Amino acid sequence: MSIELRNVSKKFGGVAAVNNVNFSVKEGELVALLGPSGGGKTTVLRMISGLEMPTGGDIFIRGERMNDISVQKRNIGFVFQSYALFKNMTVFKNIAFGLKIKKWKKTDIHDRVHELLHLLGLDGLDKRYPHQLSGGQRQRVAIARALASKPSVLLLDEPFGAVDAKIRQELRDWLVTLHTDLNVTTLFVTHDQEEAMEVSNRIVIFSKGNLEQIGTPREVYEEPANEFVARFIGVLNVLELTVQGGVARYGELEFPALDRSDGSKMRIGFRPFAVQISPDTSAYRCRAMLRHTFFLGVMLRLELELPSGLTIRSRMTKEEYSALGLKEGQEVSFIIKRYRILRGESEPLSPEIHSGDTAFSTFGAGI
Amino acid sequence: MAGYVKNTSRPSRDASSKSQRGTEESPVIKWLLISIALTFTLVFLLLPLVNVFAQAFSKGWAGYLKALSDPDTMSAIKLTLLVAAISVPLNVVFGLAAAWCIAKFNFRGKPLLITLIDLPFSVSPVVAGLMFVVMFGLQGYLGPWLDVRDIQIIFAVPGIVLATVFITFPFVARELIPVMQATGSDQEEAALSLGASGWKTFWYVTLPSVKWGLLYGVILCNARAMGEFGAVSIVSGHITGQTDTMPLRVEKLYQEYNAAAAFAVASLLALLALVTLGIKTILEWKQEREYELAQLAVPEPDTFVPTSTK
Repeated sequence: MSIELRNVSKKFGGVAAVNNVNFSVKEGELVALLGPSGGGKTTVLRMISGLEMPTGGDIFIRGERMNDISVQKRNIGFVFQSYALFKNMTVFKNIAFGLKIKKWKKTDIHDRVHELLHLLGLDGLDKRYPHQLSGGQRQRVAIARALASKPSVLLLDEPFGAVDAKIRQELRDWLVTLHTDLNVTTLFVTHDQEEAMEVSNRIVIFSKGNLEQIGTPREVYEEPANEFVARFIGVLNVLELTVQGGVARYGELEFPALDRSDGSKMRIGFRPFAVQISPDTSAYRCRAMLRHTFFLGVMLRLELELPSGLTIRSRMTKEEYSALGLKEGQEVSFIIKRYRILRGESEPLSPEIHSGDTAFSTFGAGI
Repeated sequence: MAGYVKNTSRPSRDASSKSQRGTEESPVIKWLLISIALTFTLVFLLLPLVNVFAQAFSKGWAGYLKALSDPDTMSAIKLTLLVAAISVPLNVVFGLAAAWCIAKFNFRGKPLLITLIDLPFSVSPVVAGLMFVVMFGLQGYLGPWLDVRDIQIIFAVPGIVLATVFITFPFVARELIPVMQATGSDQEEAALSLGASGWKTFWYVTLPSVKWGLLYGVILCNARAMGEFGAVSIVSGHITGQTDTMPLRVEKLYQEYNAAAAFAVASLLALLALVTLGIKTILEWKQEREYELAQLAVPEPDTFVPTSTK
C-alpha cells in the first residue's frame, strides 16, 4: 500500500471537516478525491501531505505511520491549486528549490531540472519568471517542482481548476500520459465528476466530510453506493411516488409498491439511458411532451415534460433519434426500464429494478 | 494595500480627451480647485521648506559648516543616528513578527492586536513620553527599583530609545500586513512541502516577496525615528551634549536666538525628509510595477501541451 488512512478525522474548532475516513491507495495508482466543495477532500489531501494534522486516526505512507512526521520529511510532492510558484525565482530556481534544500550537488540539480523541463515540455523557459508564463505553463512548472526530488506520492489540489476549458482537456490527457510514464502514486482533488471519471483509476467520493464510496469510475457510475453518489456521478432523474391501492404512482406511471401502505411516499431514481421513448403515443402507457433536444456531439439529451409539469431527462444517440423521427414539441410515449428505490442521501440504494419492456406492464416483471 | 491603493488614485489616461464626462466639473470649477490646491501646497509646504534652506545658508557655507561642527550639535547628530540605529532594527523585527502573525494566522483577539499596533499613531507623542516617565521615572512604578540598581532610563539614552521605538512601532508592521495578506501562505506551504525549514522558508520565500514593502516601512520608520520630537522631548531631559537629539537641538538653538544654527540643523532633517520621499517614490514605483507585472498575465498562449517523452 502506498497510502493508507485509518479512521482519519479532522476537526476545525469543533466543526468536523473529515469524519472517520478509511481508504488505501496502491503503489502507482492514479486516484481522484471527488466531491462538492466543502466535502473535505482538500483537507484529506492536506492531511496526507502533512500541511494539516489529523485530529484522529492514522495516516500511513508506504507502511510508515506519518502522524508525527513533519511535512518536510514526508517526501511528498504537492501541487497547489494556485500553483504557488515562487514569484521572485526563475523557473529553473523554482524547480531546483527542493533539491537545493536537500543539498543535491550542483551538477545533479542542473541535470535533474533540465530532465524535468524536457519531460514537461518546458524547454527553453528556464530563465523565465512565473509572471512571464501562461496558466498551463505555470501549472507544469508547479508539477515539475513537486516531482523534482522524486517524491513517493504526488498530490494535486484541483489541478485543472484555473485553466480554460480547451487546455483543461489537454492537461487531463497529458496527466494520464505523465502518470503512465512516471508511475508515481498520484492523488488529485476535483469537484468535476467528468474529470475524475476520465482521468483516474479509482475515485474516492466525499460529501460533508464523509467518505461515500470508493471504486473504479465504472463501479461508482453503475453501482453507486447511495443516493448522493448516484446524483453526483452522472444525471439521476428522481420521482416521488405515492402509494395508492397497492401501487406506487406518479401520474400515469405505476411501480410496484413493495408492501408499502397506502398514502405512503416512495422515491425512485433512474438514469437518462433507462428512459425509452417512442414517437407512437400509444406504444407505452405514459405520455410526455418532448420539450427540448440538446445536441452534445454524438449523444443527444432530451427533456421530456410530464403532464404534471415535471421534466425528466433522457439520452440517445444521433442515429436513434433520426431513426425514431423525433421532433421538439412532439407528443411521445415512454417507459422507464430500470430504476432504483431511493431511501435518503447516504442510505444504500436498492439493487436496480428492471421494469418489463412491454407496453402497459410497468410493473410485475423482473424485480 | 498601502502600496497598491495609490494605483487607483492616478488620473486615468483618457481623462485628457476633449469631451467632458458627466462626472466632470466645468473648466472654471476645475481650474479653481487646482489653483486652490496649488496655492495651498506652495504656501504651506514648499515655501517653508525653501525657507529652511535659505535661513540655514544665511551666513554662507562657512557659517553653515561652523554651526554643524559645534560639539553639542555634533553630539546631537550622533545621538540621533544611534537612536535610529537601535530603534529601526528593533521595529523591523517587531514589525515582521506582528505582520506575520496577523497575515498568516487566525486567532482570537486579532482585531485587538491590529488596533494596538495602531495605538502609537492615535496617541499624542507627548502622552507617549509621559507614559514612559510614569513607568520608569523616579516617581514612577519601576523608578525606585531601577534607581537602587543604578539603572537610569528616563533623562538618558535608554528612555529616548524606548520612546522612539514606541512612536515608530506601526510603520513596518502597517506596511507589511497588506503585502503579506495579499501574498497569502501558499508559497510558504509550497516551500515547506519541498522540505524547507521554517527559517529557510522565511529567508528564501517570505522575505523576498515582501522586500519592497519592508524597505518602504524601514524608510518611513527611520524618518520618524530621527525626526521625533514630542515623546523624546519629555523623556530626554534636554541635557545639552548628552540627551539632545537633532529635533531637540533645533528647538534649543532657536530659543537661544541662534536662528542660523537652528536652521542649519533643521536643514539636515529636511534633507532627510526629501531623501526619504525620493526613496519612497522609487520604492512605490517598483512595487507597483512588480504588482502590475504579476497582474499582466498575458504571455504567449498555450499552443502546445507536451506529450511526455521517455
